[in-house]
Amino acid sequence: MKVRFWGTRGSIPVSMTAQAVRAKLITALSGAAGVDLSSHEQVVAYVDRLDFATAGCFGGHSSCVQLETGGSEHIILDMGSGARPLAGHYLGQHGGKPQTYHVFMSHLHWDHIMGFPFFTPAYIPGNQLIIHSCHSEAEFAFRRQQAEPSFPVDFSLLRADIRFDVMEPGRDYAVAGLTVSAKKQRHGGDSYGWRFDDGKAVVVYTTDSEHDVGDLAERAAFADFFHQADLVIFDAMYSLAAAISVKEDWGHSSNIVGVELCQLAQAKRLCLFHHEPAYDDLQIAQILNETRRFEELTREGAPLEILSAWDGLEVVL
Amino acid sequence: MQLRAQLINGIQLLSTQGRIDQAGAEPFSAALSPYLADCQAGQPAIVLDFAGVEYISSIGLRALMLAHKQATAQQGRIAIAALTPLVAEVFVISHFDQVLKVYPTVADAIEDLR
Repeated sequence: MKVRFWGTRGSIPVSMTAQAVRAKLITALSGAAGVDLSSHEQVVAYVDRLDFATAGCFGGHSSCVQLETGGSEHIILDMGSGARPLAGHYLGQHGGKPQTYHVFMSHLHWDHIMGFPFFTPAYIPGNQLIIHSCHSEAEFAFRRQQAEPSFPVDFSLLRADIRFDVMEPGRDYAVAGLTVSAKKQRHGGDSYGWRFDDGKAVVVYTTDSEHDVGDLAERAAFADFFHQADLVIFDAMYSLAAAISVKEDWGHSSNIVGVELCQLAQAKRLCLFHHEPAYDDLQIAQILNETRRFEELTREGAPLEILSAWDGLEVVL
Repeated sequence: MQLRAQLINGIQLLSTQGRIDQAGAEPFSAALSPYLADCQAGQPAIVLDFAGVEYISSIGLRALMLAHKQATAQQGRIAIAALTPLVAEVFVISHFDQVLKVYPTVADAIEDLR
């Protein structure tokens, strides 16, 4: 299974600013003093040695993740603004040839559905879209965001065959060669985590999920849901201090809780996700480094690999 | 878990040790509770001496946050001192160093809060 991230930012999309680009250039050029950059190859090699926060960018699209299973049907997790470039990717691969898309929704907040009106396959006759969720009002939410005066193209004008599949948490479903189950999470209006198992690898997608660290039964239930996952994509939007003080009940979690739950669950990889929109690349990179250090400090069994999601990241399992 | 209590220069110094994790957080909170009840305006500030604390997990940090909230609501004062290097790192990574009052030594805490 391959996991490709198209949108990793929490709450609202953000974009790179001119000041941020300038700061990256200044850092890169300052570090180049004395370095021989007389050939194109030397320039490329120098850029490749720079840290990600300088030479790259975590990106700014809101939540959208693609699972590639090797099968003919497509799997998408959430329809944040990252769904727009994902649509371009699919069109580039398949053109107008009819395809089946399975979309699994964590919940229906705006940042998780806003990309759908820009998901071009929904406009193409012959395509089939099945939108799986545990929210009975999913169809209402998708139709409403395209109704006047919010969007110029009404949902009824979409030409793909679009179905809404309301699922129940705690049950196993067979979808496109995967065993899929959902778990209810603590978030305004409820959210649901998803566990995907193709028989070779397990991916858990758990975003917009607050954890009450004092609730030991809840902790054990999540450890069970994450059990021995190859990859846990985890809402690490806030610091632990913020998540249990000024941002308590805001529906998000922290890197610390992500590490603890994954260690308890004996998961293999933790991917920090749903980045705080106020954070710049340096801050997200710092959180990644600190999380890796925390994992080292608390490790008792096998190492837990720590990643931080960025728009474009691919993880092969 | 027991807290060793001393009243020094008008400061309620409480020393603890061991791990404040899933097993240790509840006993720590229970031991702290009677002192927290007295942590009010005009009463001695509490300084938690963490020199003997080997580790603190998220549930232990939550216990500290609840203590901080209760003391603040009562117009009392509570601070933590003498973190071991490992616990100090956990405070930085979790940003608890930005929320709670943390002093390098017990003497520094007493000097500032008395």
